[in-house]
Amino acid sequence: MGSLTLHDVRKSFGSVDVLKGIDLEVGEGEFVVFVGPSGCGKSTLLRIIAGLEDATSGSILINGREVNSVPPAKRGIAMVFQTYALYPHLNVRDNMSLGLKQAGMAKAEIGQRVDKVASMLSMKELIARRPAELSGGQRQRVAIGRAIVREPDLFLFDEPLSNLDAALRAQTRLEIAKLHDHLKATMVYVTHDQVEAMTLADRIVVLNGGVIQQVGSPMELYNNPANLFVAGFIGSPRMNFIPGIHAGRGSIHTVGVRPEHITLDPDGGDLEGTVTHVEYLGADTIIYLECKDVGLIIVRNFGEQRIENHKRLFARFDPRRVMQFNADGSRS
Amino acid sequence: MSIATHSPVRSIAAHAILIAYTAIALFPVLVIVVNSFKTRNAIFRSPLSLPDAETFSLIGYQTVWAQGDFILYFQNSLVVTVASLALVLLFGAMAAFALSEYRFRGNTLMGLYLALGIMIPIRLGTVAILQLMVASGLVNTLTALILVYTAQGLPLAVFILSEFMQQVSKDLKDAGRIDGLSEYHIFFRLVLPLVRPAMATVAVFTMIPIWNDLWFPLILAPAEETKTVTLGAQVFIGQFVTNWNAVLSALSLAILPVLVLYVIFSRQLIRGITAGAVK
Ligand SMILES: Nc1ncnc2c1ncn2[C@@H]1O[C@H](COP(=O)(O)OP(=O)(O)O)[C@@H](O)[C@H]1O
Ligand SMILES: [Mg+2]
Repeated sequence: MGSLTLHDVRKSFGSVDVLKGIDLEVGEGEFVVFVGPSGCGKSTLLRIIAGLEDATSGSILINGREVNSVPPAKRGIAMVFQTYALYPHLNVRDNMSLGLKQAGMAKAEIGQRVDKVASMLSMKELIARRPAELSGGQRQRVAIGRAIVREPDLFLFDEPLSNLDAALRAQTRLEIAKLHDHLKATMVYVTHDQVEAMTLADRIVVLNGGVIQQVGSPMELYNNPANLFVAGFIGSPRMNFIPGIHAGRGSIHTVGVRPEHITLDPDGGDLEGTVTHVEYLGADTIIYLECKDVGLIIVRNFGEQRIENHKRLFARFDPRRVMQFNADGSRS
Repeated sequence: MSIATHSPVRSIAAHAILIAYTAIALFPVLVIVVNSFKTRNAIFRSPLSLPDAETFSLIGYQTVWAQGDFILYFQNSLVVTVASLALVLLFGAMAAFALSEYRFRGNTLMGLYLALGIMIPIRLGTVAILQLMVASGLVNTLTALILVYTAQGLPLAVFILSEFMQQVSKDLKDAGRIDGLSEYHIFFRLVLPLVRPAMATVAVFTMIPIWNDLWFPLILAPAEETKTVTLGAQVFIGQFVTNWNAVLSALSLAILPVLVLYVIFSRQLIRGITAGAVK
């Protein structure tokens, strides 16, 4: 169990400001996901929480204790890395034990803990192997096991699924979610993949350019994004943005509407366009509509629908779901 | 493997070039070793023929054994080479780790400064070095040679090793820090094993010029009890008469220890494959 407080955390590398004042409260047992495009400073923030990087200014509190000058091993955290980062010269058991051994725990107790975690993650048969003898998925499982064994106040994950293939990613994602339910531990998870963020998080923190754009539950972010960036980042396929004047709403700078909130109508609607491409996904049909002055509009219809290419159709927006944005990107 | 490399013509050509190169490179060594087993007359009459029953002779080896203290010379050479090598590898790797791992003011400048020695031959400083050694009372000690060779080997070692250390997974080192390993533990137990192939390369490049050097032993440690093999072999090269049997035998013997060291390091080169650490 642990809580985390970040107070005005800033980080500069030389003259480059990577984090520009991060304030955040993470409650006990919460699963918080940092999401944002590559290079927005997510890993840097996580590394600052872990103590692997010093903050240029600001304070970090874990369980109410300021840890700015506490070394990583004494912060009560455990971290899982994208590249697994297992010790190549040690077998699975020793990989998992090393942290506890360094902390001076008795051998017998370490053995018990490792066995418990190994059976929890069903990897007992791997315990004597070296990392080189494991598959990618198994390695990440060991890395997660190594974190659990430490029984930390705070789990930190830095894009742990990015190196796995799609099937394994979905499976491991589910396991991490279960793990959180089971351990009731506080977890901070970094990803650039909004699907991972939506499926795992109690709360999502959307970062861009070293600034928090919005903090909220997945559904809050989906239904009520604070600005153009969040609206575009959360949701897949991404939200359509149309200049107000072309959508018949001259007073509004930008109109945003999600693909699933548009219906196609042969007789009339908000925008007229030509179908250029249709993707049949089974459960959904994604239609790309080329509209004059506006460009490509993505429409998502549920179920299988036969739509001819090159057909002229109207896009009709669900008026209750249309969002309006000002010139500076904020909601209006 | 691409299909092109399986083409027999290419393959034969490549092998022909490599064999020719090997032959050219090994020829002088072979001539030395072969002639060290021949009588003096045979060396001059037919230097390229193998020794037969008539021309075979161990006189060179007997001379080397009898004259001077070649066991001691060998021992000196080994002590100097191994000690310098160990210091070069240790300090070179440590400096390389610091340069590649820690961000500090002047990091790049420091790296350049440490690499500068690659371009400036240390022999230019011989006079100053000699003065230094005289002042510190180290003339005619093996310590003097070890210090000089360590200085000589460090720049290249730092340069090569820092390149390789930058490639060691940052996550791995950070995982170690989170598990509470000290920086020394991370350096010795995590990073060094992963750069073992680079260490072996540096070891080979460092070792050979040290073993073969004649200059510094001659200037800094010419005393009988600190002579190295290369210097010891010089007693057979006179102004008027040269005992070729003895010279060739001494040189042949001198090849052996480096060969052994080389075999050790090249095994490291091959073994140092560390798949599975990351991704
Ligand atoms: N050690 C460093 N030195 C200089 N710049 C860095 C360093 N680490 C990260 N950066 C820069 O900080 C920015 C954010 O990096 P990072 O936190 O890794 O992004 P993310 O994880 O969101 O993709 C990037 O522009 C990156 O180039
Ligand atoms: Mg990152």
